[in-house]
Amino acid sequence: MTDRTAQLIACHECDLLQRDIQLNPGCYASCPRCGAVLYRNATDSVDRTLAYTLAAAMVFLGANVFPIFSIEVQGDRSAITLFGAVLSLWDQGMRSISLLVFLTAMVAPAVELVSITYLLLPLKLGKVPPSYPLFMRVLQFIEPWGMVEVLMLGVLVSLVKLTHNFRVIPGMALWSFAVLTLLLAAAAASFNARDIWGQMDARWKEQAPQ
Amino acid sequence: MGADGREVERAGPAVTAGAPIAAARGLCSCHVCQLVSRRTGNGRVAHCPRCGARLHFRRPGSVQRCWALVIASYILYIPANALIMMETGSLITYRKDTIVSGVVHLWKTGSWMIAVIVFIASVAIPLLKLFSLTLLLISVQRRSTWNPRQRTRLYRLVEAVGRWSMLDIYVVTLLAALVQLGSMATVKAGPAAVAFGAVVVLTMFATMEFEPRLIWDPLQKEEFHD
Repeated sequence: MTDRTAQLIACHECDLLQRDIQLNPGCYASCPRCGAVLYRNATDSVDRTLAYTLAAAMVFLGANVFPIFSIEVQGDRSAITLFGAVLSLWDQGMRSISLLVFLTAMVAPAVELVSITYLLLPLKLGKVPPSYPLFMRVLQFIEPWGMVEVLMLGVLVSLVKLTHNFRVIPGMALWSFAVLTLLLAAAAASFNARDIWGQMDARWKEQAPQ
Repeated sequence: MGADGREVERAGPAVTAGAPIAAARGLCSCHVCQLVSRRTGNGRVAHCPRCGARLHFRRPGSVQRCWALVIASYILYIPANALIMMETGSLITYRKDTIVSGVVHLWKTGSWMIAVIVFIASVAIPLLKLFSLTLLLISVQRRSTWNPRQRTRLYRLVEAVGRWSMLDIYVVTLLAALVQLGSMATVKAGPAAVAFGAVVVLTMFATMEFEPRLIWDPLQKEEFHD
């Protein structure tokens, strides 16, 4: 970590070359030319991100296992889970939409949670996970495609639309999604990619024989 | 990828004088790990010494690919709005709604808040994305020096709000899966959902493909490629 303050950083949005300075916890550095956020120093970044991620992983399971909500019409009851909805749409012939929902609402968040755990858990224990650059890259690629918060809003909009015609019974997964949205936002806010690259790099050099 | 033989510029000259651009000094910022390193071996493929990703001063072919994705989105935007998004049937009524008529119906039936949310996500955001990307692409191609800070902010806005247009896709999916009660009530996703989903995905790829550093390059004398 000795050379951290001396390192240069080029703004990813305007390529302005700047010197990386040590930030106080909770602060962020922004580019003086274009205003982009260059990097942050989130408090206890690794610990907090790991905690939020593990909690989110558990809630994520709940959000996928339990029904989101059910409707009742004259004794006829219909309930759906997220995966049930994906399957149902597949059967109705809307395969591309079904796949899109499956990838953005289930696969992407799952990959995100697994990658963060895979990277941070060994780091917390003082080890460097094998092929970490690959997982950092996967994480960077998958991040824009995880849309749990959009799904949450979609669930709420559907809920309002349904209450016009049906009695709607909210399910366990509805609450799980609400909590998951908050946990993922918290994990994203405390995740510090730049710091993790730095730490991995330092550890890797320690481990490598000369 | 290796710790040995890596060349990293440390503690450069004061960065306040003029506007030191990484590419102008032969320095390249890795697009994966952001490590700034000197590009060695002129003309050859260079890799980041830390993470092994390919190094580029500027993402090659960014403008062309972004144009292709934007034009494809414009084309798909037509069926996305002209075709049926959702069919709703019950014992008494049967409705076929496009995106816009769905919003109007929500407004008329009193759910004005939901109508506003769906309007923003399904109509305003896709149009904002398409027009903004078009504006950015044209300004970059003309090497415009007009208000780069504002244009960068516009790009950041497009990047941040883009995902929210998936809203309608999720709503249609949930309703179509849940409301399958035979003659009592059914909801079906229409062909517009496919086109609209494609618009959302393509505009997201277009946003990722766009290189915001190109907005700032015309302020420099040099031209940077690859």
